[in-house]
Amino acid sequence: MENSHAIELKGITKRFGKVVANDAVDLYLDRGVIMSLLGENGSGKTTLMNMLSGIYFPDEGQIFVDGKPVTIASPKDAFANGIGMIHQHFKLVDVFTAAENVALGLSDGSYDLKRVEDGIRGISDKYGFGIDPKKKIYSMSVSEKQTVEIIKVLYRGANVLILDEPTAVLTPQEIKRLFRILRAMRDDGKAIILITHKLNEVMEISDVVAVMRKGRHIRTVRTAETTPQALTEMMVGKAVSLNITRFDPVDPKPRLTVAGLTCRDSEGVKKLDNVGFIAYGGEILGIAGIAGSGQKELLETVAGLRRAEKGSIIYSPEGKPPEELVGKTPMQIRDAGVALAFVPEDRLGMGLVGAMGMTDNMMLRSWNKGRGVFVDRKTPEKLANQVLDFLEVVTPGIDYPVRKLSGGNVQKVLVGREIASSPSVLMSAYAVRGLDINTSYIIYNLMSGQKARGVAVIFVGEDLDVLLELCDRILVLCGGKVSGIVDARTATKEQIGLLMTKVGGKEEA
Amino acid sequence: MHEKAPLIRIAKRDDLPKYKVWLIRLAALLLAIAIGGLLFLIVRTNPITAYGEMLKGSLGKKTGIRQIVKTAIPLLGTALALAPCFKMRYWNIGAEGQITMGAMGAGYFALFWYDKLPSPVLLVVMGLAGIVCGGLWAAIPAVFKARWGTNETLFTLMMNYIAIGIVAWLQGGPWEGKPGSQIIPTFNKAAVLPKALGVNCGWIIVLLLTVFMFVYMRYTKHGYEVAVLGGSENTARYAGMNVARVTVRTAVLSGAISGLVGFMVASGTHMTLYSSVAGGVGFTAITVCWLAQLNPFAMVAIAAMLAVLSRGASTLQTSLKVPASISDMITGIILLCMLGCEFFINYRLIFRGHHERAGEPQRAGGAEGPDKKETEEGR
Repeated sequence: MENSHAIELKGITKRFGKVVANDAVDLYLDRGVIMSLLGENGSGKTTLMNMLSGIYFPDEGQIFVDGKPVTIASPKDAFANGIGMIHQHFKLVDVFTAAENVALGLSDGSYDLKRVEDGIRGISDKYGFGIDPKKKIYSMSVSEKQTVEIIKVLYRGANVLILDEPTAVLTPQEIKRLFRILRAMRDDGKAIILITHKLNEVMEISDVVAVMRKGRHIRTVRTAETTPQALTEMMVGKAVSLNITRFDPVDPKPRLTVAGLTCRDSEGVKKLDNVGFIAYGGEILGIAGIAGSGQKELLETVAGLRRAEKGSIIYSPEGKPPEELVGKTPMQIRDAGVALAFVPEDRLGMGLVGAMGMTDNMMLRSWNKGRGVFVDRKTPEKLANQVLDFLEVVTPGIDYPVRKLSGGNVQKVLVGREIASSPSVLMSAYAVRGLDINTSYIIYNLMSGQKARGVAVIFVGEDLDVLLELCDRILVLCGGKVSGIVDARTATKEQIGLLMTKVGGKEEA
Repeated sequence: MHEKAPLIRIAKRDDLPKYKVWLIRLAALLLAIAIGGLLFLIVRTNPITAYGEMLKGSLGKKTGIRQIVKTAIPLLGTALALAPCFKMRYWNIGAEGQITMGAMGAGYFALFWYDKLPSPVLLVVMGLAGIVCGGLWAAIPAVFKARWGTNETLFTLMMNYIAIGIVAWLQGGPWEGKPGSQIIPTFNKAAVLPKALGVNCGWIIVLLLTVFMFVYMRYTKHGYEVAVLGGSENTARYAGMNVARVTVRTAVLSGAISGLVGFMVASGTHMTLYSSVAGGVGFTAITVCWLAQLNPFAMVAIAAMLAVLSRGASTLQTSLKVPASISDMITGIILLCMLGCEFFINYRLIFRGHHERAGEPQRAGGAEGPDKKETEEGR
């Protein structure tokens, strides 16, 4: 039926306990169209798509494919209906070749590698993928791995492709390439859904934008007829100002002088290679790089959590003689005024204990203070209440396990605690990971506030647009080396993107 | 093919109110008792008579109560010893060996120093010897874990057999009483724990330990370190804790308390030393510890309950000729139900065709994930 939609959702509702993840969502998508599914974290985008790809099963509502009602109870059903999803985290076997990965789990039971290889070449030529089916996954770049995922889905005959935040792991150049591929597939009559929250990408690639908010489908608009500002307002539900206050650094003095820093991980792989830079008090130094380029290792080494093989970190606090941080314990470094707020992927793994309440988590900084065998719970309790009020943390109580709080609130607890220690160096990594727009801007402005206090802020971020807006200078890491330090006021995204892949072109998985 | 929702789906629950949680637990206990009743029916005994006998035999008589206390002392003591380890997510299942080694240390002084020291001093020395031996025994796997990352579960388990082997060797060799008897002689009276209210005074010691452990886990820096390390090792390092030191220290504390329990069972219960002096307490205590969800005061109740069960079972054996192993089975069933019910506290099941909200047409029901598994009791 030519005039029916490729995919249509009617009244889809999905609940998790009391939480309504999707509330009576109606949505449709035609062939030959790229749709962006836009929404903040927790707005239900991924849940909705998981129902299309057979990971979840809707509580209510009906899915139609090409106008026919279908039941998608498993990923197999999804494939049978021509729906394929490319997840954010690749599901590939590293020691297999591209062809072997594609052949894995093909349901016809045959294992004809030759045929699969030919099939891959066919698809690859058609859309310009340039993938060698015999190449092993572990020797591929992130972008190539993603391509294999796309091929995997196409090989199974998918007409509807869902990509979950496909650009998160790519450099600007790789994103351009991905978009070319997506356009080629669209022109071939595929229907494509992009899950994303990056507005500029939405504007660039998509034909239509469906905006989700709090589990509801707010509206679908043509990209050509809207603006980023309008989309944001639809996403957030009210007008927001997307401005980050950035003023010129006042009287910047070297606070942290890092030179020749080198470290290896437990397998002996070099994670930092001769890293050197100066962080000034009263400025924000951004750190950019492809995921896994040494950002985490750099911060951990400065914080004393990782042993430096070579190099020095000279810390010059206000009014005190400079001291060497290499060789000091994490506790000594923190007491000297170097704070680290690291938000790992699971948000809790480092810096917070999920089963504990705010008070006990505040205590992570102060538990060892004071003499005697007993801990002092009064001071952290006071601190917990301060953070609660100041950052408007939503929690049933300061003793409620932080694991059960929403991601944004967890991060407020973490960042709030580190800022409350009045550090003179504040390192933060992925501080806005998964946060909604409003909270993100609260955090950005907190960072600026720290800068105004004369703190040397080191900010590891994922979003280049934000780094360019928030920071004074940006250090770019590539494969554990510093590939450049640029002025954030004049640099362009393309320039940083080139630096991200510069040194030896070594890319990290 | 329009509606083919899975038969049973699992969905996460929100926080249940406290009373509902306890209702579920109570229901689990009742279910366990009912299944136990079925067991009695299988061995052709009236369950009501059987349960009645158990209660009468255990709580009905003074001697019964004394027996219960005597059984509960080492259970409670060892459960308390295990609590900090489990809180730290350090799976010490070597309490059996730590008790045995503690008993051996105490036994050495009981056998060879009883005439050289006045009784109170002797008992204190025996207790200290138990603490040191148990602590050292627990230190070995902990040091290996802290330095080389060995698996503590297997290591502590294996250490049990070595400890039991050592005592078995002493029993048939150097410490043997009458040659050829394979038995270590009964301790001199000076080396036996005095009684308080008719039972060896170990009960006073374990009650003091209960309070100590509660305070230790909740209000001390050590206890906080243990909790953080149990929550996340990365966070513990981030907070500046010395992970290796905390691991070893906690394991040693745990072994030391188990060793003290060893002293109490050797001196107070058996009045001698033999290879199975721990008698499985080290393993049963794991049950006590988990059923109490690491809460020291709850452990008192759980230890008492298990002691009642085992005492009741032995009366059953004499009065109704029901095998005593049935109490082990009932204990197992209770454990299964209690731990299994935690699943129902966290999740709920939705059956196909079940309507969650009235007044709406057609419901397909949804799978909570790709793993739509049929749930059975006990997960």
